[in-house]
Formats: sequence, structure tokens, C-alpha cells
Amino acid sequence: MNQEQKTLLEGKGLELVLQRLCLELKENYGDFSNCALIGLQPRGSLLSASLHRRLEQMTGRNIQHGKLDITFFRDDFRRGDDILKPNTTSIDFLVENKNVVLIDDVLYTGRSVRAGFDALMAFGRPAKVELLTLIDRRYTRHIPIEANYCGKAVDTHAGQKVLLEWDAAQTNLEKVTLFTREV
Amino acid sequence: MSRLSTEHLLGIKYITENDIHTLLDTAASFKEVINRPIKKVPSLRDVTVANVFFENSTRTRLSFELAEKRLSADVVNFSASGSSVSKGETLTDTVNNILAMKVDMVVMRHQNPGACVFLANELKKYPKSAHARVVNAGDGTHEHPTQALLDAFSIRNHFGRIEGLNVLIVGDIMHSRVALSNIYCLQKLGANVKLCGPATLIPRHIETLGVEVEYDLHKALQWCDVANVLRIQLERQDIKYFPSLREYAMQYGINREVLNRLDKQITIMHPGPINRGVELDGDIADSEHSIILEQVENGVAVRMAVLYCLASVKE
Repeated sequence: MNQEQKTLLEGKGLELVLQRLCLELKENYGDFSNCALIGLQPRGSLLSASLHRRLEQMTGRNIQHGKLDITFFRDDFRRGDDILKPNTTSIDFLVENKNVVLIDDVLYTGRSVRAGFDALMAFGRPAKVELLTLIDRRYTRHIPIEANYCGKAVDTHAGQKVLLEWDAAQTNLEKVTLFTREV
Repeated sequence: MSRLSTEHLLGIKYITENDIHTLLDTAASFKEVINRPIKKVPSLRDVTVANVFFENSTRTRLSFELAEKRLSADVVNFSASGSSVSKGETLTDTVNNILAMKVDMVVMRHQNPGACVFLANELKKYPKSAHARVVNAGDGTHEHPTQALLDAFSIRNHFGRIEGLNVLIVGDIMHSRVALSNIYCLQKLGANVKLCGPATLIPRHIETLGVEVEYDLHKALQWCDVANVLRIQLERQDIKYFPSLREYAMQYGINREVLNRLDKQITIMHPGPINRGVELDGDIADSEHSIILEQVENGVAVRMAVLYCLASVKE
């Protein structure tokens, strides 16, 4: 199927956005001593790993980082034809009384983030949870959820899709593209 | 991940290699879940499961019940003793009555081989029951698919692979549903399977399943990487298959001395319940050779995966 493409972020613009997100987090959490970054699997965890590396370089400190799978907490279980495939969860620290920044690549309907909140609570009661997203697809929410930190807000419709393109090692984000299905 | 090739888990014989990989991969995720501070996930919160047990069980029943509860399913338990079965009710009627109470899945253990296959076929005839999924928790000497899956999962976790491994099944092969399910499962996953036991407890023509038979325990153990030791199922034996338990223990019992004679280390598995001192000595069951308790832990994760995968597609 033909798809129209529009680049949302790349090169220097993308670098500035990632840098700004890191600075915003640093401004709020200082040395990150009581803060943990948790990426939503599968794509949010790539973004969170990338931000985590930058923040550790920026602060010179070890920052707690985990990956959270939301599959078993999704609200569309038993509603499709296929089995929802789980990913790995790796959180090797307690989130009890921590400030947690939940990280996802794209905020669209808000359902994944809702599931993420539920999944997170299985690891304890955090002091505070904030949400960071690279792309906020505005006016498309099914659930009233908003991000505390947002890389770029875009206006989209249901026929469109936002895709983050990573390098082969999946460590460096190269480009963010908006695809539009041609009718 | 696509759906399973089957609506029910009636036996390993009826599922594909892909199905087994899907179930084992999903079980790996559930193993992580049951090691969390909060071990419960809400996936099956709108599902009701009936555990219908016509035969005694400790591990399987507890394991299924824990799996169901950790998936947030509603659970009802039924055991044949004290039920209307003793008043002459048929299996189909009993299960149809349970399903009429809006139950979605039936986990059944039955003393008759093929009971679960029969039930799954029967339920198709009743529009109100046709939606129900049937999981075989052991049917006579036929199959015990979740045990085979958890054995395969335990081997995969321990060795990092199954393909190419030499797996020995020792003991009462004739009366064991675990043996048959294990043979199907391990062969589908590419392991080499050998059987060992007294000639009277090895079914005739078992070689047609593609397994080898070795009657000398030392040679068999020397060949294998893993030995899955089975219990002598005295409750299913209507005639004497060997002179005495003492003689069986001397010929086929696995103890420290037998393992010391090998020139390599092997891993010992047992589906339980163990008759210590008969097929397996207590100190071996509790030793570093044994992964028996890991099998039990993995049982919950594997059963969660089975219930999750069977329930996850829309009706």
C-alpha cells in the first residue's frame, strides 16, 4: 500500500529535542538519587535507554533504569484474533517511594500508558509517577492522560502512524516519521 | 504472535512445534511475573475456570489453581467424590451443568484415557457449551500435556536449548501419561529420547514413536544429559509387573552409587510424587543434580501460559 511520509524530527532538530528532555528531567530530579526511568516495552524502552545513557553522561551518576512490559495489563485482551505477545520486564530495583518517570515513544490513545500505570504498581507504590513521551499525538486520546514531558506535539488523524527509526544497533534514534495511508 | 493451532489443550500429540514454542515463550514471561512482589496480573479477570478432577492430584491441581488465580480468573473446583457423579451422572452432563453456570474453561483430570478428547468433541454438539476450552490435566495413561510442557520448559531453562539433547525417561513407561506426552513434546522440539525400565513396563511397539529402548540403566544414564525419572504407578497396575519394589529399586533405582559410576554429570527430573528410595533416592532428589523443585515452580508459569494463550483469542 502506498504511504505518504513526512519527517517530524531528524538530525540537529531531533538532537535538540532529546537534549531538552534530558535537561527538563535534570532540572526536576537533580542528581536522580530517588528517581528511576522506566521505558514501556517494546519501543518506549529503546527511547528510555537512549535518554538514560545521555543522563548518566550528563550527571556522571548511575541512574536506575528499567523496562516494563504491559501486555498482561492491556485492555484489548480477548478482543483480537491473535495472542498478545509479551515482552520481557526488567526492573531490578524497588519502585516503592521512588519518583518514577515512565517513558514511551508516542502518546496516542493513552491506553498503553494506562496499562503501564497498572503494570508499574505490581512493583510497589511509587512516590510519584510522571510521563515522558517523544511524540504527543494531540486530540486523539481515549483516556484523559497527558505527558509531563513532551518532545514534540503533532496533530494527526486515525489513518496516520508515527514511526521512530533507530540505527542497526537500536541505540541511536535517527529519524521520526509520520506515515499517512493513501485512501 | 499468531494464535494457537487448537482451541483446546488435549495432548501434545495434537499441537504443533510452533504452538509449543509459543507456550514456552509465554511461560518465560509468566515466570518473571510470578517472581514479582505482586504476582497477579489481570489478563483473565473476565474468565471463569472450572477445575474438574475425577482423580486425585496435589501438584497439578494446586498449580492450575494458582495459575488461574494469578491470572485473576474466577475459579470453581469440582472433585468427583461427594458429587453427583456418584449418583450416576454422565461426564457430558456433569460438564454441561458446570458450563451452564457461565464457565469459560474446563481443566479436567480423569482416570480414563481419552476422556478430554471425548469431552471436547461432545461439547461441540451443545451450542451453549461449544465456546468452552478444555485443558487436559491428565487423562488415565494417555497424556499429561502441561507436565510435558513444564518439563520441556525446565530443560530449556537449565540447558538453554532442547534440540540435540539426550533425554532419558526411566521407570514405569507403560502406565505413565507423563512419558507419552514427554516423548511427543521432546521429539517435536528436536531432542533425542530414550526409554529405560523393566521390559514388562515398556509398552510393545513403543519404538514406532521413534524412541530407543535400553534395559541397562547404567548404559542409559551414561548416554543421557537429562534423566526424567517416573514413579511406579501401582494404582494402575492390575497384575504384578516385577517381583518386588525392593528388586525394582535395586535394578532401576537411581542413587548416589549409580551416579558416581558415570563419567559425567547428569540432570535429574521427576514429575512427582516421588517414592523416595524406590525410583529415586532422597539424597539425589535433594541434591545439586536435581531440578525437581524448579519443575514445580515452572509448572505454575507454564499453566498460566496455557490458560492465557487458550483464552486470549476472541470467541
